[in-house]
Amino acid sequence: MNNFTYQKVSNPNDALNKISKNNAANFIAGGTNLIDLWKYNLAHPKTLVDINGLNDYKAIKEDDHGGLFLGALATNSDTAYHKLVEERYPLLSKAILAGASAQIRNSASNGGNLLQRTRCYYFYDASSPCNKRNPGSGCPAKNGLNRIHAILGTSEDCIAVFPSDMCIALAALEAVVHVKSPDGEREIEFSNFHRLPGDTPELDNNLKENELITGISLPSEGFAENYSYLKLRDRNSYAFALVSVATGMVLENNKITKIRIALGGIAHKPWRVVAAEEFLVDKSPTEENFASAANMILKGAKGFGKNDFKIELSKRAIVRNCIMALDPESQRPGAQPSL
Amino acid sequence: MKISKQIGKSVNRLEGHLKVTGAAKYAGEYDVPGLLQGYIVNSTITKGKILEIDESAAHALSGVVAIFSHNNRTKLPWFDIMYADMDAPPGTPFKPFYNDQILYNGQPIALVVAETFETARYAATLIKVTYDEEPFETELAAHLDDARDPKKGIATFIKPLPPSANGDFEKAYNDADVQYAGEFIHGTEHHNPLELFTTTTVYEGDGKLTVYDKTQGTSNCQIYIANVFGLHYKDVRILSPFVGGAFGSGLRPQYQLFLCVMASLELKRNVRVTMDRAQMFTFGHRPQTIQKTRFGATADGTVTAINHTAIAETSQHEDYTEVVVNWANMLYPAKNTLLDYKLVPLDVFSPMDMRAPGGSTGLHAIEATMDALSYILKVDPMELRLLNYAERDVSANKPFSSKELKQCYLQGAEKFGWANRKSEPRTTRRGNRLVGTGMSSGIWDVIALPAKAKASINKKGKLKVKSAVTDIGTGTLTVMTQIAADSLGIHIDDVTFEYGDSNMPLSPIQGGSYTTGVVGSAVKAACESLKKKIFKKAKKMNNSTFNSVALEDVVFEDGSMHLKQDKSNFVTFKEIIADNDGKKIKASKNNIPNVLKLKQYTRAAHSAAFVEVEVDEQLGIVNVTRAVTAVAAGKIINPKTARSQILGGMIWGISKALREETLMDHNLGKYMNTDLGEYHIPVHADIHELDVIFVDEKDDIINELGSKGVGEIGLASMAPAIANAIYHATGKRVNKFPIHFDQLL
Ligand SMILES: Cc1cc2nc3c(=O)[nH]c(=O)nc-3n(C[C@H](O)[C@H](O)[C@H](O)COP(=O)(O)OP(=O)(O)OC[C@H]3O[C@@H](n4cnc5c(N)ncnc54)[C@H](O)[C@@H]3O)c2cc1C
Ligand code: SF4
Repeated sequence: MNNFTYQKVSNPNDALNKISKNNAANFIAGGTNLIDLWKYNLAHPKTLVDINGLNDYKAIKEDDHGGLFLGALATNSDTAYHKLVEERYPLLSKAILAGASAQIRNSASNGGNLLQRTRCYYFYDASSPCNKRNPGSGCPAKNGLNRIHAILGTSEDCIAVFPSDMCIALAALEAVVHVKSPDGEREIEFSNFHRLPGDTPELDNNLKENELITGISLPSEGFAENYSYLKLRDRNSYAFALVSVATGMVLENNKITKIRIALGGIAHKPWRVVAAEEFLVDKSPTEENFASAANMILKGAKGFGKNDFKIELSKRAIVRNCIMALDPESQRPGAQPSL
Repeated sequence: MKISKQIGKSVNRLEGHLKVTGAAKYAGEYDVPGLLQGYIVNSTITKGKILEIDESAAHALSGVVAIFSHNNRTKLPWFDIMYADMDAPPGTPFKPFYNDQILYNGQPIALVVAETFETARYAATLIKVTYDEEPFETELAAHLDDARDPKKGIATFIKPLPPSANGDFEKAYNDADVQYAGEFIHGTEHHNPLELFTTTTVYEGDGKLTVYDKTQGTSNCQIYIANVFGLHYKDVRILSPFVGGAFGSGLRPQYQLFLCVMASLELKRNVRVTMDRAQMFTFGHRPQTIQKTRFGATADGTVTAINHTAIAETSQHEDYTEVVVNWANMLYPAKNTLLDYKLVPLDVFSPMDMRAPGGSTGLHAIEATMDALSYILKVDPMELRLLNYAERDVSANKPFSSKELKQCYLQGAEKFGWANRKSEPRTTRRGNRLVGTGMSSGIWDVIALPAKAKASINKKGKLKVKSAVTDIGTGTLTVMTQIAADSLGIHIDDVTFEYGDSNMPLSPIQGGSYTTGVVGSAVKAACESLKKKIFKKAKKMNNSTFNSVALEDVVFEDGSMHLKQDKSNFVTFKEIIADNDGKKIKASKNNIPNVLKLKQYTRAAHSAAFVEVEVDEQLGIVNVTRAVTAVAAGKIINPKTARSQILGGMIWGISKALREETLMDHNLGKYMNTDLGEYHIPVHADIHELDVIFVDEKDDIINELGSKGVGEIGLASMAPAIANAIYHATGKRVNKFPIHFDQLL
């Protein structure tokens, strides 16, 4: 059998010690991604450090700056259905519930969600070439089955997308990721957490090998009045996004005073274009203005054949989602346009 | 005591509680002492030769018992015929581990046998294989020029090649007032039953084996294993009491059966081999098919010219065929026809029957073409079908044994509210969405085959009926029990039906929607001969009041036999058997269809589907919001299990039209979305209102029960109706399945 050591830890320093001393060690939280990767013979942990006992990081609580702290080990379900999340950050709730299935969300942790790997078919098939899995081996997706692949921020080496829903809302909410290592603690702005593939497609994000995610904090603005999450996919549930959009907006006198638009399913990280958001400030929330912003967001988008449709679809999805954000009633379950 | 008739009643599945409580044992759940576990290693190249298999690291692992490959396989027969199973197409059957040649990506090349499944699976990752790769071809669209006629073989009896041309198609098409020509593209699909293919082989010693296998044919696997491994038939017992879905994938013995039996015989141990989900994509599939249609009609809507051609993929080693193009002229009596079906051999595994094989492919092209004609003609789509209703099958110049398709149209339309439909496309909106409705006809052959059953009744008046047939989840057990109960006129609780065991009377593989008709008729026939014997015994009883009576003059009812004319003159079965010294009365019957009679008729089940879709045109999202399927399939033995079959078919139609497809990277020659996360079948959120109607249909020709089978007919009409509804909603005709965002933006 594939032998490995399994250790359950109950304090963070213990966890960090175990990881930093062993380069074939992995944290395991919900295991919904890691175990799959292992079964597919893509991950080869020799030591599993089970962090589910780190009770301090399970909490969801208000912080000192009027925001909310989401423990890294709180489950996706506990987060989505938490009263404060539902009330103050319904965009996050909605995005989480658009992902995976109830069973998976019940196991999946918030920290793990940030670190889930791409769903590129070639990445998951150990016998195919793939620069992300095996740097230098090539990228068959570029000339192959790339309908689910990226149109923005791609590189010669990799065109994979980051598949999370939750993280698209977190990007729109401008969350901050809290991490801890033997060297101390640091905070990473959400926009700096995930990476573009560049010439190091093996790296999905900027978390260092010896770092533990402790939680995610949300700023006080939660866009609870005007928000929307739209996920377009190949079936109505239990499929990854081909394109997803998270919009949070603040309106005053029918003018936009603040807006955040993040896209999923189209790049190696949640995609935001600050200039497009700034363009909309002080403008009326019209289809026309949203369409102009959409064009700015999709600027430079490039398809690889089978995913060309995502360029136009993304634009339309942005416009539709911003319009839906004007009427949060449209976010009630069952009220969304045929989703 | 009055005992009510069971046929026609919605009897709940007799094994339902076993299934929902987990008590039903499937092939991979039989625990036997000292069971070893096998894990299969598959080729990662598409074509070429194995140069070396380095097993050293795997062997070194503790718990690994043996590793098999072509290098150390059992001695196998040379002749292809020894590998041919009941469903083998013409050609050379695939022979696992036969030599170093790689014929397709995913071909099994080694088997690791270990003390645990985990060890075997891990050891498999340590095996290093070096290959000599050769160029390969897997893309049908790139090889249409290589299309050729299929080879003929036994399979062609059940799946006839297209009838020859009639009239002068080209002239009639050119002369037609209106014409429509379309190209239809269908990709690969894999069956993906929930239960993985698994075999548990119990080594009984002395060359005897008991094998629990996931299959649609216990007898088929028995013959295959005995032939391949040189065993006596009677020494190979195949059991398959529960099957977790199959949809055609179990019609042929799959390679895990071969590997498991080989390991068991070599090691003289009990062995189990289970495929994983990705391995479920390494054998049969629904073939890629590209079709073209050209239909012509007169201005008043009479279809005069039908041209339907299909080019499908097959493997390099077998000519798998299905009936794709024979249907149009059975449905619509045009005088000028040109039908053609060709194959392109590619470097893939042989395709395999998958629910409504051929029919679900061909009907899309036919029914979308009819739909397109109706819009050109400005005739209601259903009206056009009625205008061209075939009272007789002109393609074979035969009458139908029965055909209530017209009632399917009328009753289905009524239930659906078809009459309220606006005829122009793009005329109905709901919020952001366009709403459209579409309909389609469906047709599926009724196949007759021989089958055998045994029946016996004991002193407690309990009837036992046996046949080797499987129950792939369709309700076979329940339906056979109902048929047996009514044949003898006893209470359903007094009947046991035993099945799924090759030791039982021979039955054909379970597919083609023929099980109820074929095995049901054998069950009925066995019960009929049992009745004869009971009658004879009754006559011999002391003081028998039946002495001068003929069999025709008695009725079997309410657990007894009585005179037709005089109900008070009766004798109970218990009394008869008591008089027989308490000994069971037994009968057995090999039911052979009357081919001469059957040949005079075209025998088919029919359906009509009506569908409403909503299309969010800006975003491309399609939802099937409502559907009604009306079915004419002769006598419906059990409306509840039959309805479930039709619902399953309708959902599959949604899947086929909008969801499922196996994606192949033709640069690698490999299927890439080989898990249920990425191979999309519908989820609950995709399914809305579905309704089923069974239309009354009486058929005295097809079989003793007058029952046509409902396994595939529900699928046949659904997918085209969806495509037609999308056209009505959007004005866009998308002829490539599945229909995705991309095509509707
Ligand atoms: C079939 C399927 C469908 C899915 N569909 C969707 C979907 O539609 N949308 C979506 O967003 N997601 C989807 N998911 C992904 C799912 O959300 C992730 O698998 C899940 O969030 C991962 O969390 P986990 O706790 O199980 O991570 P694990 O599998 O336990 O860990 C994942 C990785 O993160 C590391 N890790 C975990 N916690 C920490 C921490 N605190 N600090 C540092 N490292 C850590 C682990 O070492 C591991 O490398 C799907 C998953 C599956 C299996
Ligand atoms: S897109 Fe990235 S992950 Fe996919 S094959 Fe290319 S390199 Fe690998």
